[in-house]
Amino acid sequence: MATGTAVDVVMPQMGVSVSEGTITKWLKQAGDQVEADETLLEISTDKVDTEVPSPASGVVTEILVPEGQTVDVGTVLARIGGEAPAAETAAAAPAPPEPQGERPEPDAAPSEPAPAPAAPEPAPAAAQAAPTPAEPDDATTNGKAFVSPVVARIAGEHGVDPSKVPGTGTGGRVTKRDILAFIEGGEQTSITAREPAEAVAAPAPAAPPPPAAPPAPAAPVPAAAPTPATVAGQEQAAPGAGETLEPMSAMRRGIAEHMRRSLDTSAHVTSAIEVDMTNVVGVRGKVKREFEQAYGVNPTYLAFVARATVDTLRDYPYVNGELRDGQIVTRTYVNLGFAVELADGKGLIVPVVKNAETLNLLGMAKGIADIAARARNKQLLPDDVAGGTFTITNPGGYGTFHGTPVISQPQAAILGTYAIVKRPWVITDHDGTDSIAIRSMMNLTLTYDHRLIDGALAGRFLRDLRERLQTWGESDY
Amino acid sequence: MPEMTYLQAISDGLRQEMRRDKRVFVIGEDVGVYGGAFKVTLGFQEEFGSWRVIDAPLSETAIMGGATGAALMGLRPVAEMQFADFVSCAWDHLVTVAAKQRWRVGTPVPIVLRLPSGGGFSGGPFHSQNPESSFAHIPGLKCVCPSTPEDAKGLIISAIEDPSPVLFFEHKHLYRRIKGEVPEERYTVPIGKARIHHEGTDATVVTWGAMVYTAEEASSQVDASIEIVDLRSVMPWDKQAVLDSVRKTSKVLVLHEDTRTGGFGGEIAATIAEEAFEDLDAPVRRIAAPDTPVPFSPALEKAFIPQVDDVVRGLRELVEY
Repeated sequence: MATGTAVDVVMPQMGVSVSEGTITKWLKQAGDQVEADETLLEISTDKVDTEVPSPASGVVTEILVPEGQTVDVGTVLARIGGEAPAAETAAAAPAPPEPQGERPEPDAAPSEPAPAPAAPEPAPAAAQAAPTPAEPDDATTNGKAFVSPVVARIAGEHGVDPSKVPGTGTGGRVTKRDILAFIEGGEQTSITAREPAEAVAAPAPAAPPPPAAPPAPAAPVPAAAPTPATVAGQEQAAPGAGETLEPMSAMRRGIAEHMRRSLDTSAHVTSAIEVDMTNVVGVRGKVKREFEQAYGVNPTYLAFVARATVDTLRDYPYVNGELRDGQIVTRTYVNLGFAVELADGKGLIVPVVKNAETLNLLGMAKGIADIAARARNKQLLPDDVAGGTFTITNPGGYGTFHGTPVISQPQAAILGTYAIVKRPWVITDHDGTDSIAIRSMMNLTLTYDHRLIDGALAGRFLRDLRERLQTWGESDY
Repeated sequence: MPEMTYLQAISDGLRQEMRRDKRVFVIGEDVGVYGGAFKVTLGFQEEFGSWRVIDAPLSETAIMGGATGAALMGLRPVAEMQFADFVSCAWDHLVTVAAKQRWRVGTPVPIVLRLPSGGGFSGGPFHSQNPESSFAHIPGLKCVCPSTPEDAKGLIISAIEDPSPVLFFEHKHLYRRIKGEVPEERYTVPIGKARIHHEGTDATVVTWGAMVYTAEEASSQVDASIEIVDLRSVMPWDKQAVLDSVRKTSKVLVLHEDTRTGGFGGEIAATIAEEAFEDLDAPVRRIAAPDTPVPFSPALEKAFIPQVDDVVRGLRELVEY
């Protein structure tokens, strides 16, 4: 029972630089009871995918933003408790589905897609079985308007509007079989009929509100990053021959925006240095067994490099610093970010090992393994990707020996680590004799913001980092 | 493979285990000289002697107490209640002592309690009940309810092997009515694993015991493809098998002969709602006996126990929903 005052559910702020989020899934529908702190919906932002708990207990009276839609932080997504929405609900919603929808839609299933230009085969039947919005009496709403959970899910997955599907269930309800047949029928139609069907199948089936001018966020939204709304819009050009269109995920849009903004912000310069890793290779070979057996963690080369980097950063606070509002920020701590590719290969995330200056080699190896695993399994919390002060990216796993990474804003630099390869290398004996030896060599790059860091400083940083790695002793942790 | 009745299969499994394992013994009212009220242990006393086939006094409390003590001392008692209904007399030993023992002090309590249960023959309120849900609710006890001769033999052997007290609900209506091929050799059927009695795509019936056959007959009268999941064990129950079937058909009918309120069907329906909500295309339905004692009058008993027609009606409504 809806009692008391309504509580608004708003798009949460999932990190300082996040200005919007996409609703990926409603776990409750209008009319459902929800408990405080029970998961109400799932959202996707350019930082993390996460669940949003309900701020209060009560009945979900209204769902104002359908699945697939991207809205600004602070936008009201749903209301809990209070009076059930009356007929003016649609008008009151900040992002109304379709102004011409006369009847308030009590169900939050992806509703009201853009009118399909040419609905596939079953269209006539659909029109016939379509609900008559003029009769809001009980019998009607109980039949066609009700969408069962499985139908809602399938509709969401395929971007189909259930009200367009001819229903054969009780009171004309759309059954699971109906919607599956509808989808199958759509896919079996001829090539020409197929294109509009695919346009409808874009992951934001809900009628996109005309891309209303967003309340200018701090970071300008680049025009180059189309929102799903424009993808699903009718005006979207059809793909050319041999092309397919795929909407950008929230994460992909976030990456696109961030990379462009970083290049527009920082004066990127890259310096590289060759490091003789033979000592590290030897030490790692000795401690690997112990680490794995006693602690269950693999002491990766990355952990060694990270450990040496943190020590070196202490002597070069600008490299661990930031330009903020015309002032230079330096720190007594290092929050070390690591670029991690997602398991599906469709994105990149930079989780952060906090207070890396407090970690020895074992702690660093464990910290990296932990965040990398959680990043791949999408279990990161918003805090895990916030607050980085320096980043390491490791494309060397694929054998590359050089690169020019882009700085993660608002940091001042990013270290790139590359493949360790055995090379003939000139070494000088203690008595001054030169000889050619086979050494395990690795390149490191430091890409830095020349506004803050000069080339000489970067060079000294890389020199010291190299020195630490080349002289790594067995007892160094 | 020889063909056996449900009753013969239980008897066969029990006899094989007694021959194989000297720790196994039988205790109950009239199980020895008379061979048991339903003749499951006919001939056992001749073969195994009166020390291993014990005629107990008319006291379920004594039978259960004796079985608990014997199990604690390392034996493997198979105790028979003449009718499942009488197990209430043994409640304290079973629920307070036997069920808790393994969790309290870690000692195994390998008791099998054979419980002839179910109605359909005008047995009246004291000889017809299906009290499985009362015991499924007691942590520490396991409850199995086989429906076929093959499962009855495999499950009685699993129950004897199990370190926990296992309540073996054998449906009296199936004793001589159901026949099937049963392997001659020793085998086990895992406790807690369901069996797909009949595969289908349009709706699922989750049931156990004699109701498996009611569901089977009903589904043959419905113009749809019905999947029948025979749980075989009520505790632990095979949640995965049920959820898998629900994900396939999206429509579920839970059917049991026990009374409705607090019956085990409620647990199954609630689990489906919690874990497969997004796969449902219709509300989960239950068909069970009404919340009354089992009536004696044949006409009333027929109205009480879910009949094929009831299930047909329920399935039709579900399929058409």
